[in-house]
Amino acid sequence: MNNNIIRPYGDTLNDGKMQLSFSLPVSADAFGKEAARMLLLQMGFDDAEITGMRDLREGFTHFIAYAVTSTGVDTSQIKVKVVDTPVMDMEATDAYISEHLGRSITVVGACIESDAHTVGIDAIMNMKGYNHRYGLERYHGFNAINMGAQVPSEELLARARAEKADVILVSQVVTQKNIHIKNLTRLIELAEAEGLRDKMLFVCGGPRISHELAIELGYDAGFGTGSYATDVASFIAITMSKKAN
Amino acid sequence: MLKLELNQDLVKRSRIAAQKITGDFSWLFDGYSSVAIERTVLRLMGIDGADEGGKPLPNIVIDQLTEHSAISKGAAVWVANAMHIKGLSAQQVAQQVASGQLVLSELPLADNADILAVLSPLTDKMLSHIKSQKQKREELFATYGERRKPAIYVIVATGNIYEDVTQARAAAREGADIIAVIRSTAQSLLDYVPYGATTVGFGGTYATQENFRIMRAALDEVSAEEKRYISLTNYASGLCMPEIAVMGAIERLDLMLNDAMYGILFRDINPKRTLLDQYFARMINAYAGIEIQTGEDNYLTTSDAIDKAYTVTASQLINESFALLSGIKPEKMGLGHAYEIDPEIENSFVYELSHALLTKELFPDAPVKYMPPTKFASGNIFKTHLMDAMFNFLGQLTGQGVQLLGMMTEAIHTPHLADRSLAIENAQYLFKAVKDLNASLCLAPDSFVNRRANEVLQQAVDFLEKVAEEGLFASMAKGEFAEIKRPENGGKGLDGVFMCDKDYYNPFMQQMKQELGL
Repeated sequence: MNNNIIRPYGDTLNDGKMQLSFSLPVSADAFGKEAARMLLLQMGFDDAEITGMRDLREGFTHFIAYAVTSTGVDTSQIKVKVVDTPVMDMEATDAYISEHLGRSITVVGACIESDAHTVGIDAIMNMKGYNHRYGLERYHGFNAINMGAQVPSEELLARARAEKADVILVSQVVTQKNIHIKNLTRLIELAEAEGLRDKMLFVCGGPRISHELAIELGYDAGFGTGSYATDVASFIAITMSKKAN
Repeated sequence: MLKLELNQDLVKRSRIAAQKITGDFSWLFDGYSSVAIERTVLRLMGIDGADEGGKPLPNIVIDQLTEHSAISKGAAVWVANAMHIKGLSAQQVAQQVASGQLVLSELPLADNADILAVLSPLTDKMLSHIKSQKQKREELFATYGERRKPAIYVIVATGNIYEDVTQARAAAREGADIIAVIRSTAQSLLDYVPYGATTVGFGGTYATQENFRIMRAALDEVSAEEKRYISLTNYASGLCMPEIAVMGAIERLDLMLNDAMYGILFRDINPKRTLLDQYFARMINAYAGIEIQTGEDNYLTTSDAIDKAYTVTASQLINESFALLSGIKPEKMGLGHAYEIDPEIENSFVYELSHALLTKELFPDAPVKYMPPTKFASGNIFKTHLMDAMFNFLGQLTGQGVQLLGMMTEAIHTPHLADRSLAIENAQYLFKAVKDLNASLCLAPDSFVNRRANEVLQQAVDFLEKVAEEGLFASMAKGEFAEIKRPENGGKGLDGVFMCDKDYYNPFMQQMKQELGL
C-alpha cells in the first residue's frame, strides 16, 4: 500500500469511518431509512448504518448516519494555493511600507452590488477594526477609502480611477445561490474592459472566499473567515513592494 | 426567584433622559412628511399594483405630485380631489396618472367639504379592515391559547416565497411559534415596495403584499391543524418603513421589525427621514395591534458585547420612548438584546445572565426579543449548537418574551430544513428542562450579577444624559452611537422629506391618533 494514502479515522488508522447527516424528501419510516441507506451505498460507502432519523414534517426526513469509505487521498498529490506572505502587525507593516515604498498605498474598498452587509469591509478598513486588530484607516501607510455597502462595480472602479488607487478591496458576505461569484466576476470583467485590471491589485474577502477561489476568479488574493486587517495589510504591503522593486 | 437589586434612582434617571431625547422631535413629526408616508396614505386609500415596467402605482402618483411641487398638501387631498371631480375610484385615478392621462395638480381644488366627503368613507373602510384583522388575531389567540414564553422564533430565507412556505409549514409543525420571512438583502434601500409574488431574492425573499398574503394563508392553515396560532413577522425598516407596516396591518402580520434608529446607523438612511417614517410606521403597528421588535443586537455584532453592553440598554430606552409617542403599549414592545459575548471569556455566561436580567427587569411588560450568538458562531457546527443551548437555557431562565433561535450553521449558510429542526429540538429540550428553575433560585446580595447589571445601567444613564444634553442628531453626527458618524443632512432618502403646508392633510394619521389617544 502507498504510504501516502490516507483515509478517515474513527478509532483505528485508515478504518474509513465517516459521520454523515442529510435530509431527504421521504417519510420517516422503514422506507425512508432504506432510501437513505441506498443513497450512501450508491455513493460508494460500505457498512452504511442509519443511526438517527428525525421527521422534519411536510414529507421530509433528516438522517444521521455512519458509513465506511474505502476511498483515500494521496497526500503527495495535494497542491493548495494560500496567501504565503508573512503576517506583520500594524507598526511593522507601516515601517515596511515606508522603507520599501516610501509613500502611502491607496486602497479603495466596498461591499459591491446587491450585498448590504458592511461587517466584512468595516472589519478590515474601519479605524476600530475587529477583535483587537485596527483597520487600514488607522495605518500610516494606507490611504483607506471605504465606500460602504451596495456599491455598483462601475462606481467602485470610477472612484478607484479618480483616487489613483493602488488596490481595490471587495467584500462579499451574502453567498446564497453563489451571488458572490457573479458579483466578483462582474467586477473583474468590467475592470478588464476598462483596462484597470493590471493597474491595481484586486483583493476580495468574505466568509465563503478562499485564496484559491479568488485566483480562479482573476483576483490577486482572497481572504476567508478568520482573516484580519493585519493579514490583508501585510499581503498588500509586501506585494506592492515586490512589484515596485 | 432571580431578581436584581437595581438602583431605582438610575432607573428613573434613564427614563427621564430618554424622554428628553425623544421629546425633542415634535417639530419634525408635526411639521414634515415624507414620500414614504404619502405612498402609505395612497395604499391606505386602496391604491395598489404596478405599471408594465414594475413601478408601483403609489410611487408613480407621488412622483408626479413631487414633480409638480404639489406634494406639500399631502397626496390624500389631490387624489380625493380627482376622485370627486372625475367620479373615479382611487385606483382608477392612479391608473390614469400612470397612463399619462391625468395630472393631479392641474385640476382645480374642490371645496374642503367635498374632499372630506370622499376621504372620510375611504378612511373608515380601510381602518375598519385593519381593526377586523386585529380582532381576528385576538380571537385566534383566544381560541388556541396564548403564545408560549419564550416564543420559538425561526427564520425562513430561501428567496422564493413558495419554498419559504414549505419550510415555514415544517417549522410550525415542529413547534415554531413565530415565522420570520427574511427580506432580500438589498430591499432596505429600495425606495419602493416590489409588487406581486416573488421567487428570486438573495439572502431572503422580497417583502411584498402578495408574499405576505401567501405566507399568512399557509400559516393560518397550519394554525388550524396544529391548534396553535402561528405568528408571522417581516421587516418594516429601510426606506419604506410605513408602507411595509401598512401592508403588514392589511395582511395580518403579527410582529414587525421596527427600530427607530437602525436605518440611520446600519443602513445610512437619513436621520430625519428615518425618525419621521418610524413615527407613522409605529402608529400603524400600534393601531393594528402588531408587536414591534427592535434591533439592539446590531450594536454587539461589530462592537465588544461587554464594553458596549450599555449601548443596548440606551437604545432600548430610546426605542421605548419613541414607541410610546406612536401609541405602542409596553406589552407590544419587543425590545432587542443579544447573547454575543466571546465564549473564550471566563464567566461569559454570568455576564450574559446579568445583561439578560437587566433587560427583563427594566422592561417587565415587554415581550423582549432575545437574539442568539452569531459573532462567535463558526464553521464548527457542534460548538455553535452548544452555544445555542446555553442561550436557550438563559432565555427560559430569565423569562424572555421571544427567543430568536440560533442555528448551528449560522456562520455557513441560510438555514437548511434540518438545521432549523435541530434548533427547535434544542430549544424545546432546554425550555422544558429548566422550566421552573428560576423559582428556586435567588442572587446572592452584592453578587457579581447584581453589580454588573447596575454598572451597565449606570453607563447607559451617563450616555443618555449626555445625548439628552447634546441632542440626538448632534450625538449621531459625532459618532456616539455604534461608533458610526451620521450627520443630520447625510444619508439616503433626505430628498424624500418635505415640509407640510398649513393645509396639509393625512386623514389616516389623524384618525389613528384620535383613536390611540395621542
